[in-house]
Order: sequence, then C-alpha cells, then structure tokens
Amino acid sequence: MSTPSHLACLLLLASTAISACGGDAAAGRTETLILTGSSTVAPLATELGVRFEEQNPTIRVDVQSGGSSRGIADARSGHAQIGMASRALKASESDLAAETIARDGVGLIVHASNPLTSLDAEAVRGIYTGKITDWSELGGTPGRITVVNKAEGRATLAVFLEHFGLESRDVHADVIAGENEQAIKTIAGTTSSIGYVSIGTAEIDIEAGIEIKLLALDGVPATTAAVADGSYPMARPLNLVTFGDRTDWAQRFIDFAHDPKNADLILRESFVPISKP
Amino acid sequence: MSPYARPKRDRALSVVLLSSAALAASLIVLILVFVFGEARGALRAEGFTAFLTDAGWHPTDGEFGLLPMAAATLATTLGALVMAAPLGIGAGLFNALIAPRPVARFHRALVEVLAGIPSVVFGLWGLVVLVPLIGGGERSGQGLLAASVVLALMILPTIALSTEAALERVPRELLQGAAALGLGPVACARRVALPAARRGVIAGLVLATGRAIGETMAVLMVAGNVVAWPAGLREPLRTLTGNIALEMGYATQEHRSVLFVAGLVLMLAVALLVVLASLFGGAPTATSHGGGASSA
Repeated sequence: MSTPSHLACLLLLASTAISACGGDAAAGRTETLILTGSSTVAPLATELGVRFEEQNPTIRVDVQSGGSSRGIADARSGHAQIGMASRALKASESDLAAETIARDGVGLIVHASNPLTSLDAEAVRGIYTGKITDWSELGGTPGRITVVNKAEGRATLAVFLEHFGLESRDVHADVIAGENEQAIKTIAGTTSSIGYVSIGTAEIDIEAGIEIKLLALDGVPATTAAVADGSYPMARPLNLVTFGDRTDWAQRFIDFAHDPKNADLILRESFVPISKP
Repeated sequence: MSPYARPKRDRALSVVLLSSAALAASLIVLILVFVFGEARGALRAEGFTAFLTDAGWHPTDGEFGLLPMAAATLATTLGALVMAAPLGIGAGLFNALIAPRPVARFHRALVEVLAGIPSVVFGLWGLVVLVPLIGGGERSGQGLLAASVVLALMILPTIALSTEAALERVPRELLQGAAALGLGPVACARRVALPAARRGVIAGLVLATGRAIGETMAVLMVAGNVVAWPAGLREPLRTLTGNIALEMGYATQEHRSVLFVAGLVLMLAVALLVVLASLFGGAPTATSHGGGASSA
C-alpha cells in the first residue's frame, strides 16, 4: 500500500471534513421525538425542534422528510410520533388527528429571466396537460416549455391537482421532482421551465438569490401576505398529524408550535402562523 | 485429510470460517425468500403478465407496467458501461503495464479515493453541475445521459482496480515471451496480457454492472424520474431503483407488494448477470506452467 499518496489524499479530505464539523452536546438526551413527512413542513419542524431542544434538555427532536403521504403512513404505523402533512386530511384519513400550525400557499415558479408575471388557470392546465408547449403561445420568449411536476405521494402535487381539477395521469411532465428544493434547483438551472412549490420555501430561496420567481395566479400575487389575508386561491394548511393517543412529548411539541412566542420561527420560514395562545 | 490428528486451533479456525461462510450464504437466501414472500401478494393478485403488459405506471389506479422502468435501468447501465469500461480497462492497463512505479501508486490512490466517494455526492454534483451543462440552460438536462455519466463515474474505479489486479496476476513469463517475440506494448496488451487476465477483468465488469443496476440515490437526482421508455439522451426516465426509493416511503399494502416485485426483478437481473459472466469468462487465468490452457 502506498502510504505517502494515501496520506496526502486523506489529509486533504480530513481538513475539509473538520472545517464542516459543528458541535452538539448530545449527552443527556435520553428521549427522542420523531417527525416525518412533508418536505415543506420539515425545515419549519427542524427550527422548532432546535428551540424545543434548547428549552428541554432531555429530548432530541428528529425530523425526516419523504412527503406528506409518508408522514401519514408513519404516524399510523407508529414509526413517527408526529407526521407532517402540507394539506388537509382526506375523508379516508379520519382516523388521524391534525393540528394546523401554519398556512402556506402553492405558487407557480419560473426561471427569473422569464418575462411573464402572471398565469391564469386555463394556461396552467394547458401547460401541464401538454396542450400548450411553447412559451410564445402565452406571450413569452419563444422556447419549448420544460414542465416540472412533483412525485406522487407529495401533498403539493395533491393540492395542485385538486385546485386545477386534474388527474395525475393527465399531467405530461419533463421532470419529476421529489423534494421542494429539487424542483427549485431544476427550475433555477433551466430558463424555459415551470413548476410549483410552497410559496414560503420559494420566497426564502428568492431572498437567498436563487434565480426563480413566483408567478401571480389569476391576478393574485403569490406572496405570504396574500395567503394570510385569504386572497390567494391555492392555499393549504400545514398540519402536524397524530394517530391514537398522543405521547406526552408529542403534545408538548404541538403546544410549542402553537405558542405565539414561537410564531417568529414560522414567520422566518415565510409561512402564516396559526397561534393558539 | 492428514493422518495425524489436527491441532485444536486448526479445527477451531475451520469451524469459524465455515460458520461465517454459511452465515453469508444464508443471508442471501433469506433476503431472496423475504423479497419473494413480500412480492407474492402482488404476483398472485395481478398475475405476472400484468407487470409486462399494463399500459403505464399508475399504482393508485391499479396499473403496474414495469417494462418502461426496466428498460430505463438497462439503458442507464449500458450507457454507463459504454463509457466506463474502455476508460477503466485503459486505466488498469496503464497502471499495470506502462506507468512507472511511483506514478502508478499515486494514480491507484486517486482511483481508490474516487471509489470511496458516496454516491449521493455524485448525485448532488450531477444535479448542480452536470445537468445544466447537458441541458444548455434552455431545457432540463435531467435524463439518460446525465444518469449514465454519473453511473459511469461510480463504476469506473471498480473496473480500473480489478483490471489492474487481474493484469498483475498475469505471469511475468508470458509478458517476457511476448516481448521476446517482438510484440510492442499495444500488441502485447491486446493479444497476451488482456486475454490472460480475462477472468479478472470480466469479474470486475460484472461487479461494476451490478453496482450500476442497483444505484439509487445518484440516479434519482439526475434522471428526471418520469416513467417513460428511454427516448433520447436528454429525455427523462425512471429506473426501477429510483421508483422504489420514491414510492416506498408511503406505499401501503398492494402498492408495497408491487414495489417488491420490482425488487425481485432487480435481484433476478443481477443473478442472470453472474451466470452469464461465469459462462463467458470461462478461461482461467494462465498459470505459470507455460501454457494458456484456453478451455472455452
């Protein structure tokens, strides 16, 4: 085995790894609260979890994404104490209890260089069913539209389909994204693309400089303010879902999310807080 | 068997090694039994042909056409091999036969580091760097080419390292004989070294193909994930593994069972691969008893 060259490579990698290390006193955290589900709610749950851990030294909050359907399945199976869902519960999910902690909207996003600022429902239906294939048909710069859809099991897809009255098999997509961020990165890298993500997530990324922009829907701008005053049509609740008897920590976490003192975390993620003082 | 009683230590070692081998073998069998058991529900309910003939993949509506995704797995794997095999075998040849020792050592270290990079890192790089490059800004570059390139990068080290190891096992006498006959490096590599190392090279290729078939995360991030027949280099597709990853998290009952059918198909594909490899890689590496005993 060649020691010097291996050592050199190893040192190079180690120095990059060490610089990325943080610190966390994990000692003493004996209990775990697991939340899984919506990739829209996950960043918010993580932030709430960090503050929750600071105030409760014995609990560790573990947040995983995977889609709203996963959150609901995991809540039922007991793998997670709380499931995260970015939509209202369906009739078939009446065995679960949902606590709404925030409201969010689903906004259409395009690349920042796209000259359009608004789309109406007919145009969106036409684009997603493959009837409208070029931006020039809508008054934009000519180019074949790259349609980005979300994967099955994602609540954002369910909300989108329900609002526009479409079935999943009607949609002709060019790219199917899993998480919100995957959709955003795809659109930021393709000038002719269109997709839809959580408005809160999009606003945060636009502020961070990612090259996307939100389109108004039927004339209503896609902003958190419009979601807050109820004027934005494609809005949805962000829910923490539980099955059966809640564990003590689960109830405390839900109360923590409702606490007006923590509404700043929700506002920071660009969602509309639902506080129960 | 020795006529003398074997010392306790040797017997103990035999027992330990036998147990380890049995454990490893039984794990494979157990996994196969488990996957088949979980898949049986869907196979009985739908019948095997449904998976081949159903129009599309709409599990919530009872349509389970697996063929487009199986074709996508095949296409990305072949694409990766087409790119990685020549480069990998070339790298192995370079290291074993041509490079001076220090250069070979450094090159091998680099390849080994490449082998250790986690696949999700390749996926991230692919999504952020490769996909915009392939798409050219106008359209999305997620598709067959992106997936194949990312896979090729992942299997390249496997092919390179096993080719190099196989070539090193070729007896020096063969290479010296070739040199004595006046064969230059190219002819020697083509006619003597590589044929003699054939088994090891093919074993490396089988390993690499198996990895390419099973790779999930990196492909998921750059392939586009639309269930469709592979239509072009920049057209999106969804592999069987990517499909399982996307849907397993929330699939219930019948849908889950169907995903296990996909898993079964993958396992059978790899098994078939191993069988084919043993048929075609038949000739043993030439021994040093002066003769390429080439039994086909």
